[in-house]
Amino acid sequence: MIDLLKEPWPWYVSGPLIGISIPLLLIFGNKLLGISSSLRHACAAVAPFNIQFLKYNWKAEMWNLFFVLGILIGGFLGGVLLSNHEPVQISQETISDIKSLGVNSFDGLVPSDLYNWETAFSLKGLVILLFGGFMIGFGSRYAGGCTSGHAIMGLSNLQWPSLVAVIFFFIGGLLMTHVLTPVIYSWFN
Amino acid sequence: MKNIKFLLVGILFGTVLTKTEAVSWFRIQEMFRFQSFHMYGIIGSAVVVGAISVWLIKRFKVKSIEREEIIIPNKQFSKGQIIGGTIFGMGWALAGACPGPLYALLGAGYPVILMVIFGALLGTWTYAWLKPRLPH
Repeated sequence: MIDLLKEPWPWYVSGPLIGISIPLLLIFGNKLLGISSSLRHACAAVAPFNIQFLKYNWKAEMWNLFFVLGILIGGFLGGVLLSNHEPVQISQETISDIKSLGVNSFDGLVPSDLYNWETAFSLKGLVILLFGGFMIGFGSRYAGGCTSGHAIMGLSNLQWPSLVAVIFFFIGGLLMTHVLTPVIYSWFN
Repeated sequence: MKNIKFLLVGILFGTVLTKTEAVSWFRIQEMFRFQSFHMYGIIGSAVVVGAISVWLIKRFKVKSIEREEIIIPNKQFSKGQIIGGTIFGMGWALAGACPGPLYALLGAGYPVILMVIFGALLGTWTYAWLKPRLPH
């Protein structure tokens, strides 16, 4: 049983379990699945200054911070305790595409030749990791949600603005992957 | 501690997200290149289960455990879904993670993800600051 749990879980097991979190949060307290809001609550708690968008009672949204703390603990359970520590089994085409970017480490959940402290504080790391993160935070708040709030919660509630958001998430992602990423990586190779 | 139940749902969510490799930079690369069904299967089946659950809750007027009526507000359309959505998608593909995986990867033993989390906090704060001047 434990060996089976340690194998990567197929989409038809994980997808429905992720979907189940929607009724659990609703029934446990009328909460809407959403993760990027936690970043807003953190800003409101630490650096609200006099910004209107950050002046609200973030303590009333404490449940959301507990939820993301749970995700962090889940990452430890799934990524450390229940992991078989095998490389992620991606397709051969993806492997060769990634190698053409100059990324050659395939162990772990993220490539160690990008995700290491030395690279993180180099210009390459600041562009890919820090600025990538900046776009995640800026864009999700501007769009009013991320993959969880729009793609999973919003679509489950048949909200057309969420469908618009998801379509543009993919437009941005495809533009980055197919047009901009090769250029950005070529600056640092 | 009424928040413990949300911590537990988070633990379920984070464990599943990690075990199915949705937190993996490699899977995001594969998804945006249409080279595997994996990520589409996860998102698609999550939405199917979520939609059936929401429908059942509305249809049978299911109450929360505190016996409150369950209210799901509608999402309001704004230009942010177009402009912000595109920017978010670019960040998702560049860093190879969205907000859920950022927290999960920190727990899974990849502390360098803090650089992306710090960027995401800066981006959120910058949006809050610029919000009155941005088109909505």
